[in-house]
Amino acid sequence: MSDYAKPVSGSRHIDFDALSFRIVMTGIALMALVLLVAPTVVVIWVSFTSGYSLKFPPPGYSLRWYAELWNAWQLQFAMMNSLTVAAWATGLSILLGVSASLGIARSPTLTAKVLDSLFLSPLVLPALAFGLSSLMFFSMIGVPVSPLTLIIGHTVVSVPFVVRNTVASLAQMNPSLLEASSSLGAGRWYGFRRVTLPLIRPGIMAGGFIAFMASFDNVPVSLFLRDAATDMLPIRMWQDLEGRLDVTVAALSGVLIVVTIGLMLVMERVAGLSKRLT
Amino acid sequence: MAATLRDVTTYDLKLAAPLAAGFVLFFVTPLVILLALSFQTDPQGGHYGLTQYVNFLGDSFSLGVLGSTLWLGVKVTVLTLLLGYPVAWLHQRSPGWARGLIMLLVLLPLLTSVVVRTFAWVVILGRQGIVNATLSWIGLIDTPLKLLYTEGGVVVALAQVQMPLMVLPIITALSRIDPNFADASSVLGAGHWRTFRKVILPLSLPGIVAGCLLTYAAAITAFITQSLIGGGQMLFMPMYIYQQASTLQNWPFAAAISIVFLVSVLVVVSIFNALGRLSRGYANA
Repeated sequence: MSDYAKPVSGSRHIDFDALSFRIVMTGIALMALVLLVAPTVVVIWVSFTSGYSLKFPPPGYSLRWYAELWNAWQLQFAMMNSLTVAAWATGLSILLGVSASLGIARSPTLTAKVLDSLFLSPLVLPALAFGLSSLMFFSMIGVPVSPLTLIIGHTVVSVPFVVRNTVASLAQMNPSLLEASSSLGAGRWYGFRRVTLPLIRPGIMAGGFIAFMASFDNVPVSLFLRDAATDMLPIRMWQDLEGRLDVTVAALSGVLIVVTIGLMLVMERVAGLSKRLT
Repeated sequence: MAATLRDVTTYDLKLAAPLAAGFVLFFVTPLVILLALSFQTDPQGGHYGLTQYVNFLGDSFSLGVLGSTLWLGVKVTVLTLLLGYPVAWLHQRSPGWARGLIMLLVLLPLLTSVVVRTFAWVVILGRQGIVNATLSWIGLIDTPLKLLYTEGGVVVALAQVQMPLMVLPIITALSRIDPNFADASSVLGAGHWRTFRKVILPLSLPGIVAGCLLTYAAAITAFITQSLIGGGQMLFMPMYIYQQASTLQNWPFAAAISIVFLVSVLVVVSIFNALGRLSRGYANA
């Protein structure tokens, strides 16, 4: 946005109206940005403490809690479970979600519109209510909770992110490209592989990334659909925090934050993540 | 010819069939079962009626939980809007490198694990946390303030956790405003405040409504943040459902609370959607 045109009066007195407006807006914005970033900084800061508590400021600094992570087998086990379930849920979400997006994106029919709303509805429904209803469903048909029921539940809450981003990419695609490829003799499958897919790939990747993070971070669905043997990382961390404030959790949080920032920067480069979220 | 042309640019609707089937089986059916179960009069089953709903709506404790949850969402949404709008405004008028930085700062909380973000607030608000340490260092307080396990703490933590959901749609809305409007308003003699109030704010309404919808829905369902920052004394709907379902194994009542909560969320979403349509008509006029 250009700066607002200067008033026509031409006087050189200080423009209090402009000044006050900029100071207030910039001031609040900077405050909000500090608020946004403070928690991340604080977690990384205290994770380097040499003490046994999350006292601030730390009495001294060390890497002991990061070293402690090597022995924290409960957290490692939960992390492996969460990564496995998230990988399956993301794979299924991309497979089913991209296929469904192709079907509904360019279709003007009412069915396509209804399906679009249906596929996106897990985004606004309370996930806890869905988790509970899934548990009731599986127990009613006599299927015990297992990693499989967990993957099914996670796929339902992850797939909307893939559908939303893929449908948006398809909507932006110029259809005459497909006509051109077809008139040059390309078959449907060849046209999809060589024209459609390369154009929507960034959208699929961004959607898949967010779907993965949503599954990895999910608590409400996991609470109901996991069996006793399948500990999930966010639940493990949550229960650790409810009990005692464990500094190992701070070190693990530090690792998760660094990995997230790394993945975000990669996704920004290859898929233009921020453009897809605005 | 026209028919064959349309043929290559659209894909068969049947491609959506596998996901549609999956959703009917694993999403719609469970919700139908939830609805059915909410009409069971006792956990052992057999009889159907409105008992659970009568119990919920006739109980001042349950109504209080629902009310405080919906009210919590309002407070979080208002705070998030007040803080988030200037961030979007600053992003819009910043040079390229600063835009990238602001975007990174906004996206980071969105993609960081909710447990990690909430954990950070436990560290910040705790008795030995950064707020209390700073206040006692300046000499403002002698004994640590109780910040954790208060509603104020929950509101601030939720505002931080959900702020990206508010900022992103407003950035989109602001980027669509023709800068000539602000210039015209200025040339016609309006100051910055007046231009903001009369031109920029109304034109960005679609983004505000979209942001408020996402923030509100996320804030009232934010199970982890509510329970970790709120502690045991404060009960909100998601935890209430979980307690009834898991600890007390009272599935019919849990189902009824879930339905009441679902319907409340849907009502709020429809109100925001209606406002969104109105505001878009206004912004495009």
